[in-house]
Amino acid sequence: MKAVIALLLMMIPALAMPLGDTFSNPAMEARARNLQRQFRCLVCAGENVDESGSPFSADVRRLIREQIAAGQSDGQVQDFLVARYGDVILMKPPVQPDTWLLWLAPFLVLGAGGVVAWVVVKKASTTSA
Amino acid sequence: MTGELGQLALCFALALSLVMAVSGLIGTRVEANAARRVATSSALGFLVFIVLAFAALTYAFVVSDFSVALVAGHSHTLKPLVYKISGVWGNHEGSMLLWVLVLALYAGMVAFLQRGGERLTSGALGVQGLLAAAFILFILFTSNPFLRLDPAPFEGAGLTPLLQDPGLAMHPPMLYAGYVGLSASFSYAAAALLVGEAGWARAARPFMLIAWIALTCGIALGSWWAYYELGWGGFWGWDPVENASLMPWLIATALLHSALATEKSGAFRTWTLLLAIAGFSMSLIGTFLVRSGVLSSVHAFASDPARGFFIMVLIALAIGGALALFAWRAPSLQGGAAFEPASRETALLLNNVFLVAACACVFAGTLYPLILDALNGTKITVGPPYYVITFAPIFFALLLLVPFGPRLGWKRGDLKAAWRSLVPALGLAGIAAIAVLAIVAPRTIAATGAFAVAAWLIGASIIDVRKRKGARASAFAAALAHAGLGVTLMGVAGTTAWRSEALTVVAPGQSFTVGPYTLRFDGVSRVKGPNYIADRAHIAVMDGAKPGAVLQPEHRLYPAEGQDMSDTAIRTTGLRDLYLALGDERDDGRFALRAYVSPLAPLIWIGGLIMALGGMLSLWGRLRAPAREPAAAVAQAAE
Repeated sequence: MKAVIALLLMMIPALAMPLGDTFSNPAMEARARNLQRQFRCLVCAGENVDESGSPFSADVRRLIREQIAAGQSDGQVQDFLVARYGDVILMKPPVQPDTWLLWLAPFLVLGAGGVVAWVVVKKASTTSA
Repeated sequence: MTGELGQLALCFALALSLVMAVSGLIGTRVEANAARRVATSSALGFLVFIVLAFAALTYAFVVSDFSVALVAGHSHTLKPLVYKISGVWGNHEGSMLLWVLVLALYAGMVAFLQRGGERLTSGALGVQGLLAAAFILFILFTSNPFLRLDPAPFEGAGLTPLLQDPGLAMHPPMLYAGYVGLSASFSYAAAALLVGEAGWARAARPFMLIAWIALTCGIALGSWWAYYELGWGGFWGWDPVENASLMPWLIATALLHSALATEKSGAFRTWTLLLAIAGFSMSLIGTFLVRSGVLSSVHAFASDPARGFFIMVLIALAIGGALALFAWRAPSLQGGAAFEPASRETALLLNNVFLVAACACVFAGTLYPLILDALNGTKITVGPPYYVITFAPIFFALLLLVPFGPRLGWKRGDLKAAWRSLVPALGLAGIAAIAVLAIVAPRTIAATGAFAVAAWLIGASIIDVRKRKGARASAFAAALAHAGLGVTLMGVAGTTAWRSEALTVVAPGQSFTVGPYTLRFDGVSRVKGPNYIADRAHIAVMDGAKPGAVLQPEHRLYPAEGQDMSDTAIRTTGLRDLYLALGDERDDGRFALRAYVSPLAPLIWIGGLIMALGGMLSLWGRLRAPAREPAAAVAQAAE
């Protein structure tokens, strides 16, 4: 029974920690970690590639590190991953015509609310005067 | 047998909720005394039968009656009793029954307290009855928890280990108490529109407060659970399911403030009604998002399209009906009261503008990817960076303005005096900013700003409490809730800016460092829990060369469910957490380990608790006060 359980424990790949190669150059390592946080693990629920232990994230981390080692800039690494997996891999949604509304909505509501508040206060203060 | 009794009780509850709906709505007419009595007694009867149905299901879980399909699918004989009980709502069907149970409890309270006069209470009960009937129909037709299995299996499939946790056992009831609590404000608002608004804001205030307290506690619990259970040290991920609970909270907070103005000075009458409708609408949308399977996450138990469709129709009817009623009746309400630009009314109005904008931000971030995908198949992710850019500045601006509200008088306030009384708080904010810049590394603008604002909020609250000795409970309550915001803000800023992390593979006897700590890994032992087996790591916090406290994070395997999960070990000083999670075993007895030092992390939840305490203090003051102000009673009598 114990052997079976030990076997079961070994077979389960979950809880893998996101460990892998590290750069010996601290600046490059910092860049890699920073980049890893900007991409989403597409097979997890809301985790980024840096914190997730999934095989998918391990792949993406490896790709990022290969790109950095090959001398690519952060922007080039991002373009590479977007070309490969699509915009959905970006934690920060892109700013483009079909996301303008997403980015502007909070501020449109704030602005509209501000205008309404202005009118309401003005009206309320003239009735009191 | 109990299963059939539960089913029968649910059918009786449906009948009574329909009686409650019809008699309650008829009871809004002046002369319909008999209907009002029927509404009250059917509300209490409805509560009794829902409690019976819920008890029957709970009994089936406790005795592990696997002839009930739901129990077989979500329980196991070896599970500890507390998780057998929490298993009742750890699934779609049971959680919907809990939803209706909470609705029934609120209906019972509305019927029992009879706040705001007979006609208003009756109307509120009528609307509660409609909601109850719709949700019971939903349960009976698409999500019946009492369906049988024949033959019954010998053993159940167990409950997801993630949900086998004391924090998560309490999280859904707490959150539902908040979600569904907003139905009481919604029903009162609808009743006010039917009857012709008469002091409803005052009548419904305790229900708003209870809902807000429960939402605050529920969100804090959920965030705390995510922190210690998910093993990556985060406390908020802007996950759509988390957002689904944040939206009602933002609107409920706006409602509490706006309703205060309506009650005290007659301002924003129609706006407050609209917010009450919007608050519960957010709860319904949250329920839809979580329950329909539109989002895939640990929370979404259901992926049956019939359920999603039913809930969508239900939401459309509830929200659409309420808005139609609003559009029809609101214009006949008396217009706004007069106030000066420098007044508490203006402050509360600005509070609402910022809170609604913050809610719009969460709403857009949650729903935009779904809509975009449905429209043209474009898939995008709206992750934390979006909220840092949009939500954070809006909420920050709101926090800057908070201290002015309580200092400005109704109708006409003195802005200069408010500024003068805030000078010490401003000083405190300056000191906090300088201290953060001078002492703590790394220096970040965000953390410095956050601490300044936190000091500003807490300082202002202290001034409030000192200045108003002998003041009413409500003043203290506001000071407490606002200070709680400051405390949470410090926790969030501290953890975000100054967290240290170590991710390593260690062999027994090996040491490693994280932040100011040196830790020694002393190996792993196998332990047996009630329904799991675990690898338990022993990690000593080194005090020089000597080992001090020992932390024991575990890696558990749940054989019944065939899943494993991490049980983190956290050692806290109250101001700093040392956080350890055990990972997978590597070759030759080495283990992966993740360690965090999270400065000020406990403040996140302590602040939430302080906010909730503020709400409770306010509730206590409210329940001692009479339910109707004389003026409101006169207004109703005059109709």
